[in-house]
Amino acid sequence: MRNRYPVWKNLLILTVLAFGIIYSLPNFFGEDPSVQLSPNRGAKVDQSTAIQVEKLLADAKLKAKKVELNDKRVLVRFADTDSQIKAEEILKMGLGDNYTVALNLAPATPGWLRAVNAQPMYLGLDLRGGVHFMLQVDMDAAVLQAQERYAEDIRTLLRENKIRYLGVERDKSTILVKFQDGQTMAQAREVIKKEIRGLQLELVEAENTVKVKIGEVEIREVRKLAVAQNITTLRNRVNELGVAEPVIQQQGEDRIVVQLPGVQDTARAKEILGATATLEFRLVDSEHVIGPDDKAPLGSRIYSDRSGRKILLQRKIIVTGDQVVDASSGLDQQSGSPAVFISLNGTGAKKMADTTKENIGKAMAVVYIENKTETRELNGEKVTSKKKVEEVINVATIRDRFSKRFQITGLDTTDEARNLALLLRAGALAAPVDIVEERTVGPSLGKENIEQGERSFLIGFALVAVVVLLYYKAFGVIANLTLVFNMALIMAILSMLQATLTLPGIAGFTLTVGMAVDANVLIYERIKEELRNGVSPQAAIYAGFDRAFATIFDSHITNLLAAIMLFGIGSGPVKGFAVTLTIGIITSLFTAVTCTRMMVNWVYGEKRGVKLWI
Amino acid sequence: MNQPAPRLYKIDFLGKRHIAVWASVILSIAAIVSLAAQGLNFAIDFTGGTVVEVEFVSPADVVQIRQNLETNGFNSPMVQLFGTTRDVLIRLAPQENLKGEELKNRVMGILNHDSANRAELHRIEFVGPQVGEDLVEDSGLALLYASIGILIYVALRFEYRFSLGAILATLHDVIMILGFFSVLQLEFDLSVLAAVLTIMGYSLNDTIVVFDRIRENFRKLRRGEVVEVMNISINETLNRTLMTSFLTFLTVLAMALFGGEIIHNFAIALLIGIVVGTYSSIYVASALALKLGVSRADLLVPEKEGAADNRP
Repeated sequence: MRNRYPVWKNLLILTVLAFGIIYSLPNFFGEDPSVQLSPNRGAKVDQSTAIQVEKLLADAKLKAKKVELNDKRVLVRFADTDSQIKAEEILKMGLGDNYTVALNLAPATPGWLRAVNAQPMYLGLDLRGGVHFMLQVDMDAAVLQAQERYAEDIRTLLRENKIRYLGVERDKSTILVKFQDGQTMAQAREVIKKEIRGLQLELVEAENTVKVKIGEVEIREVRKLAVAQNITTLRNRVNELGVAEPVIQQQGEDRIVVQLPGVQDTARAKEILGATATLEFRLVDSEHVIGPDDKAPLGSRIYSDRSGRKILLQRKIIVTGDQVVDASSGLDQQSGSPAVFISLNGTGAKKMADTTKENIGKAMAVVYIENKTETRELNGEKVTSKKKVEEVINVATIRDRFSKRFQITGLDTTDEARNLALLLRAGALAAPVDIVEERTVGPSLGKENIEQGERSFLIGFALVAVVVLLYYKAFGVIANLTLVFNMALIMAILSMLQATLTLPGIAGFTLTVGMAVDANVLIYERIKEELRNGVSPQAAIYAGFDRAFATIFDSHITNLLAAIMLFGIGSGPVKGFAVTLTIGIITSLFTAVTCTRMMVNWVYGEKRGVKLWI
Repeated sequence: MNQPAPRLYKIDFLGKRHIAVWASVILSIAAIVSLAAQGLNFAIDFTGGTVVEVEFVSPADVVQIRQNLETNGFNSPMVQLFGTTRDVLIRLAPQENLKGEELKNRVMGILNHDSANRAELHRIEFVGPQVGEDLVEDSGLALLYASIGILIYVALRFEYRFSLGAILATLHDVIMILGFFSVLQLEFDLSVLAAVLTIMGYSLNDTIVVFDRIRENFRKLRRGEVVEVMNISINETLNRTLMTSFLTFLTVLAMALFGGEIIHNFAIALLIGIVVGTYSSIYVASALALKLGVSRADLLVPEKEGAADNRP
């Protein structure tokens, strides 16, 4: 008999191997120290930005390896970190107003690999250094806020409907609305029921009180929204930090993980994450002009907008951002120009209605206020100071009286509208957050971790390769080749998934070497056994592969079971280990059985009476 | 081949099973006693708290550092050297009202008390107590689910007595690793837990290979005592078991020696697991299945695998 695979099978295996090799390649090209520019609100990147960057660098006599432009950012690669850091400073000074300038390690994947969308794995924090925060969202506070909002809405509603009430109070998880007599109570109940959805109303006849409870669904919604909004807010803020490739994701029901690779200054990171921001709506003071000595008339104040232009606004605030319930961007139905749609709560709506009624035709401004804490080094001591940033982000003309829902037009682009809506929505954190976990890894430690991980992998691999070679001779060569292919495949799959490589992930690779070779050992031992039993070489090969398969399959399944369980506890690095191990187990099933067989067939399959060198 | 010789195997493993069972029982009891008496040295992953890793300019005085921390209000801090005499690892219990930046500044202030020997911060990790508690719960569940999954799979593929043997052998390995970490009070962190779960899969893998062969031999060798068939099977798979364990051991050894501090305990747990797992799949699993009364009839039931006669 002969052992051979049909041509299609060989081709299929070779295709998979080629795929594995190509897509694992990007991991071997390292990274370029680089600087990335991404546009701030309103700004854009285009060819002219790139030319500007090139000019700035040329003026400073810095040589960039390459200036790349894509739809979202400009990436400038350098040969060394020295010029990278110098360039960051220069670019920040030259373009810092309109662009966020950040240091980045950009993969140095050659163009032909990028053309087929081959990218390297992403390095975890433990390998590149950086900070990791886990934030706990205070859900109770979020629910409390929601209750207060509802209480406020009820008050306004009753006032609007001229229903007299004695009091609206919060009591633990309910809102108690008290009335003089039963009739008003019943009347109020109808109004509330009609106007505000999602509330459970219960009458306490004896006390002339309506007991209001927020429905389960609403509470769940509030909690979900609190996390989602906080994530949006945090993402905005992290973008302000200018961190390349941050990770911000929900973990569990009420936790948020923020990972900032490359950031070492945790103090600054926390300042930004914990900052509070809010909005104010004010009328533009159109009756006065700003005096020559920059003095504002009584009752007004000078503000400046994003481009630094000064605007005179009335001191009286119409509405603050706390009263914005929701904001979304879209197009104005009449003019088709970009617009932001805003919903206010009851109090805000009433104030807005009163103000706008009297000021049709006048301009109203939106002021964005951010409280930042800054830590500076002063005489060796760390000094924390609070800084308040106020800027006018939008001025629009009041066309009509409006209250709860209204829109802001006069925005230049849909991008701007989207950003404004985002700021309105995400200006402030929806619920307070508490840092419950914090990990900082220094960059030197990251580098050390990579080196140690790689070294232990290579040594482990070499030891196995030598033993296998000595023990199984010709078949050992094949097993080692199979191992290399297996590693390439794992790497390719991880790269395609854009998985994060962590130190435990590297450990997963190392361990997979030992486990993957097991399949080869099973097959080879079986072949040896068959040979000892006096079976012909070809039959031994056939039986070896055939019999060993069931065992290999069973043993892989059990390993897989345990690896999958690892996901369950997997937070961060351990997940990396679980992913690598799982993929390794699956690929080794393929490589050990089919690749080995293909190679064995090529070497021995066609010959009769051959002696197996095993 | 259908007429087995009086003895087809070299080593009478199961003949000595009583010694093995006793050895396992005694070691397991020792492990459990240690776990009950002094427990595991849980890392902050599980307990919450703060870990600070610093490097001093010149060799550090661990006792002095501990004293300084204690006088400054940190209760029973753990201070130890690792790697070199200049690298120090400090573990602090969860602090009320003190965390993040403030905590870091306080600790670094205390460490830099001696201005001649300044410390450079390498790594600081803070884990809130709630996070730790959640993790303990999740880990317990993960171990439980893994055990149940294994139980079901082996029961489906083989027979419930094998399944029990396999799961008990696997738990035996888990207890051994935990016991080892408890006796030596090595730090038990999330990565060690990952190692424990990995070993569950690994040890089971070994056991399955032996069981597979036992089943095959029950079908192939028409005669022979149960013990004899098992002995033959273990002997036949011995080469493979030892070879694989040896190779995996080598890779993990490389990890333990060259992989650095962070995965050191992880590698140690794997090393123990591989050794114990190899032993348990040879001895414990089969011995238990035997004790539970596995018989030929249990495995001869259909599953149309005429593989034994189907050779080319």
